Amino acid sequence: MNIQFSPEKMIKVQEIIARYPEGKQKSALIPLLHLAQEEFGGWLDVPVMDYVAGILNIKPIEVYEVATFYTMFNMKPVGRYVLEVCQTGPCMLCGSDQIISHIKNKLGIKEGETTPDGLFTLKPAECLGACGYAPMMQLGKFFKEHLTIEKVDALLDELRAAAGN
Amino acid sequence: MKLLLENAHIEGIRYYDAYRKNGGYRAVEKALKMAPDDIVEEVKKSGLRGRGGAGFPTGMKWSFLAKPEGVPRHLVCNADESEPGTFKDRYLMEFLPHLFVEGLIISSFALGSNATYIYIRGEYAWIPDILEQAIAEAKANGWLGKNIMGSGFDCEIYVQRGAGAYICGEETALIESLEGKRGNPRIKPPFPAVQGLWMRPTVVNNVETIAAVVPIINMGGEEYGKIGVGRSTGTKLISACGNLKRPGVYEIPFDLSVEEFIFGDEWCQGMANGKRLKACIPGGSSVPILPANLLLKTAKGETRYMNYESLSDGGFQTGSMLGSGGFIVLDEDQCVVRHTMSLARFYKHESCGQCSPCREGTGWMYRILKKLEYGQGTSADIDLLWDIQRRIEGNTICPLGDAAAWPVAAAIRHFRDEFEWHVQHPEESQQ
Ligand SMILES: NC(=O)C1=CN([C@@H]2O[C@H](COP(=O)(O)OP(=O)(O)OC[C@H]3O[C@@H](n4cnc5c(N)ncnc54)[C@H](O)[C@@H]3O)[C@@H](O)[C@H]2O)C=CC1
Ligand SMILES: Cc1cc2nc3c(=O)[nH]c(=O)nc-3n(C[C@H](O)[C@H](O)[C@H](O)COP(=O)(O)O)c2cc1C
Ligand code: SF4
Ligand code: FES
Repeated sequence: MNIQFSPEKMIKVQEIIARYPEGKQKSALIPLLHLAQEEFGGWLDVPVMDYVAGILNIKPIEVYEVATFYTMFNMKPVGRYVLEVCQTGPCMLCGSDQIISHIKNKLGIKEGETTPDGLFTLKPAECLGACGYAPMMQLGKFFKEHLTIEKVDALLDELRAAAGN
Repeated sequence: MKLLLENAHIEGIRYYDAYRKNGGYRAVEKALKMAPDDIVEEVKKSGLRGRGGAGFPTGMKWSFLAKPEGVPRHLVCNADESEPGTFKDRYLMEFLPHLFVEGLIISSFALGSNATYIYIRGEYAWIPDILEQAIAEAKANGWLGKNIMGSGFDCEIYVQRGAGAYICGEETALIESLEGKRGNPRIKPPFPAVQGLWMRPTVVNNVETIAAVVPIINMGGEEYGKIGVGRSTGTKLISACGNLKRPGVYEIPFDLSVEEFIFGDEWCQGMANGKRLKACIPGGSSVPILPANLLLKTAKGETRYMNYESLSDGGFQTGSMLGSGGFIVLDEDQCVVRHTMSLARFYKHESCGQCSPCREGTGWMYRILKKLEYGQGTSADIDLLWDIQRRIEGNTICPLGDAAAWPVAAAIRHFRDEFEWHVQHPEESQQ
């Protein structure tokens, strides 16, 4: 893969860096890692992190230590759809355990695994700030709330159809 | 009385025109004609306490902001909202972004922040778009940018996303993260008010705190201070969740009783599925859990109210805390051991790992709780658990250690029989 932001993304990159005072461009690191993860296949491979280090003129190690700290950055490839089901207390009270085991059974994968067709990754998550609308999962940019087994089934079918499987 | 959510249901209030038509940006107009220090004075008079959980008086914090000559100062807004049970700031940002932006402009002016940052948890991935649109609309109408309304004050507001780390809600970890580093808390003091973002004087405030500045300026600090009871002034957003009939975000008056909040028609409407109330964690996962009897009435038998003083009446022996307003309700079918285990896993996952009592203690507590929950524990394990939590408290850099210890302590204190039940019924505990 050619690791290079598109010209439009590059404008965005410059815009982000300009938010901080002179010499404080390292502050742009997390926003840039989000952009990079979106642009380069949903995870942060070492050459991608090195590329970001180059843009910000910082050492690669400064990028690795940050990327590995935050749970939203994937350090290995993930499926096309990452199902991040919240499992923390308030969601658990509303049945998140059943949602998680249903997904496991249905897709035949364990926590953290990806289906062989590369379509789904199951990634149990900790509280996502939707406790009153539990159980819930994060799917890409958005939340799916008030989940039921039926809704999960419908969602999986819908995603399969969208992917053309 | 509603001070924040009054207009939440007006069609289109998320956008500038409707917000302005309904009295929006009047507070900025008023504030820009005041001296910055007079705004700080109004906030002091209001008695507003930080809505992020610690309840520190906002006006006092603002007056502590160092002002060395020639050094820029910053306002950083804490929108990290990651405390289990808490989802009120999300509501404000999603549905009333202009109220939030208006509060940010006034606060930035009062503190002299020309570059203000909102640090929002990365998982709220769609909210930055809403905020950035509100900021752009405010700017297009002259409320942000250079020389705002001829006042000579310049201000820009930037939105920065985190990337999944509860600890980044702790203000010094947040600052580290905003500087592009791992979210490792710093030792306080120095407080951010003296050395914060890029070592510059910085005020960190919660989203709801900033929004509350708008009604304070509109009605005057003194009037705002008359609303509420004792040192709980104004109103509070509560995010209610768990086994309630009607969970959600509510703006409550501080003289509301806990019983009315849970069972009242206007509020949560009681328990879901006609179950009985068993227990509640009233202020976000870090505060002590209370059994129903101590939740509705204090140990002295007085009615318990939804405010700072009343919820903490009795200290940790028989009381809890208002905290972040994350109100988690458990019904009679829920297992306190299992719920506590889930919270322990959360804290183990979220410990930044800098201090050994927190790093090791959170993992150890989780493993013991798991053993107990799955019927492999002994009575000695319960005592060990008690001992571990006691040794974490107060021995760490930031309060995450305490936050992990307190729920465990309170669960054992009030529900020891349930832990013992698991020890005595291994075969009935889950496999
Ligand atoms: N909203 C949420 O999602 C969460 C909220 N919390 C809450 O956070 C609380 C702990 O927060 P901390 O910031 O550690 O509490 P803290 O008591 O150390 O500080 C509270 C605020 O007052 C300021 N402050 C205190 N003394 C000061 C002084 N002498 N000079 C200048 N400023 C001063 C601090 O800088 C801070 O902004 C807990 O009580 C918990 O309820 C915890 C986890 C998540
Ligand atoms: C582990 C931990 C997590 C925290 N998370 C948040 C948070 O998500 N939002 C928040 O406003 N305050 C959070 N706080 C409290 C902040 O450190 C700080 O007290 C608060 O942002 C100050 O704002 P306020 O005075 O307006 O409440 C957290 C504290 C700790 C110890
Ligand atoms: S108490 Fe825990 S989270 Fe806080 S600094 Fe220490 S290790 Fe990190
Ligand atoms: S506990 Fe699941 S979103 Fe908060």
